[in-house]
Amino acid sequence: MTIPRETMPPKRHELPPLFESLGTHLRDGLRQVVARLPIEPPSFVLARVLDRVLLPRLAHDTRQALQGRTVELVISDLGIRVRLQLDYAGFRVASSRGEAELRILAPANSYIRLMRGEDDADRLFFERALVMEGDTELGLILKNALDAIGPLLTWPGRPA
Amino acid sequence: MQGILTAHHDAINSTPNSANSPYAPDSRIRNNAAPPAWLITMDAAVTTNATTRPAVKPELVCPAGSLRALQMAVDAGADAVYLGLKDATNARNFAGLNFDDTQVRAGVAYAHARGARVLMALNTFADARDTRPWFGAVDTAATMGADALIVADTAVMAYCRDHHPKLRLHLSVQASATSYEAIEFYRRHYGIQRAVLPRVLTLSQVAHLARLSMVDIEVFGFGSLCVMVEGRCALSSYVTGQSPNNAGVCSPPSAVRWQHTPSGVDARLNGVLIDHYGPDEPRGYPTLCKGRFDVAGERGYAIEEPTSLNTLAILPELISIGVKAIKIEGRQRSPSYVEQVTKVWRTAIDSACAAPQRYSVQPAWSATLTRFAEGQQHTLGAYDRPWR
Repeated sequence: MTIPRETMPPKRHELPPLFESLGTHLRDGLRQVVARLPIEPPSFVLARVLDRVLLPRLAHDTRQALQGRTVELVISDLGIRVRLQLDYAGFRVASSRGEAELRILAPANSYIRLMRGEDDADRLFFERALVMEGDTELGLILKNALDAIGPLLTWPGRPA
Repeated sequence: MQGILTAHHDAINSTPNSANSPYAPDSRIRNNAAPPAWLITMDAAVTTNATTRPAVKPELVCPAGSLRALQMAVDAGADAVYLGLKDATNARNFAGLNFDDTQVRAGVAYAHARGARVLMALNTFADARDTRPWFGAVDTAATMGADALIVADTAVMAYCRDHHPKLRLHLSVQASATSYEAIEFYRRHYGIQRAVLPRVLTLSQVAHLARLSMVDIEVFGFGSLCVMVEGRCALSSYVTGQSPNNAGVCSPPSAVRWQHTPSGVDARLNGVLIDHYGPDEPRGYPTLCKGRFDVAGERGYAIEEPTSLNTLAILPELISIGVKAIKIEGRQRSPSYVEQVTKVWRTAIDSACAAPQRYSVQPAWSATLTRFAEGQQHTLGAYDRPWR
């Protein structure tokens, strides 16, 4: 059936201004270099951050659902990849080999907006700014847990 | 803490019974009398009656998938929020979503303290093998102080009528009642006081129902569209073995798989490819009805495109025909969606009621709603059928 619609013009992902100011050639080259770097250092840093900002606020059932599952986050515009697993003590760096049970691909800006509680994951998916691969149910548990908790990141001077 | 919450709740529980409240007791309700003959005879005869009913400000009913979403909806100006429990008794049964008993109690206290009402969605069909979760959820809603239940199954309605006669019943969209006779059946037998209309009626059909119906009429204002016979759609069960009316989800997340490929994203439901999104194509929810298929040699949306309903453009008409409540879809969405969409609708409803003649859809409202729309586009859906 034909239904009149109002369509939004296609929108580019909002990249961090610094990265966007680089030329395409330089940006792609940088991304390739970063993608070859080992995943351990950024994974370690993120694990420590999440231990502080996320772990104490995770509900018991969510913690159980995430326990022992490998989640890979790909920051698609920067080429950074991190792999994490939650165990009884907290978040830790997961092995870089084998398939992750859940893989999330999104540009840096999408992650920042989600962690600041400013955006909706479904909207980012509709807008092509987020893709989730693997165990969708696990992804949904994570998404809903983050939604229920509220912003993990706040700018100085802003209430959480 | 417990004592404070309870006392508080009792204090504000009395508000919905005030004469100005849309929840004020109505003598027409819960009597088994047949409607007067003029109501069911000729349309022309009731038009006269309709003109005597003053238009009232419709209640803005917003979704809450979490306590945080509930708080943001209330703060953004929702008159009522609707929520469900963490099980198959409601039609948004997603992992990690919804409320446990403690959260329902806290949510009711938060809403009531700010003059907002809490409606509990109990809108799936009870499992014949074990009805206890559904009847138990009715008891929970009554204990926790919910202002109304949104129900679809006659067994659940009968249980509520018999065990909690004071608890208000709203007929869920999942019951798919589209005619005066169907709504009247539920009113006479179970005492429903409001019917949520499926998103398949034209504006004039909604007006007809709002004129005739003895109960309040609620319509969807914004959110993802369902074009099927809601509550009776078994389309997804062909692929997943589950359907919305018993499992509470169209596409169980455990059956959904997205695969990023160089040419875009594949969406699969239980292994079946239901769509392939090119790099520049907007995306929608992974339901069979919104997939693209090869039909008679052509690939396209066979049933419905991913799009969101948006009725801002006809808001003054909805109010003038006597629609009593406007619902925003999206308990599965994030609190930021709930907050921003609620703000737009609060402003729009206030503006349409304050000066209907001067009402116009503000570009900023449309921009916000389109940003959140499924497939990045919105439609008036069945309300407006220009070919008729």
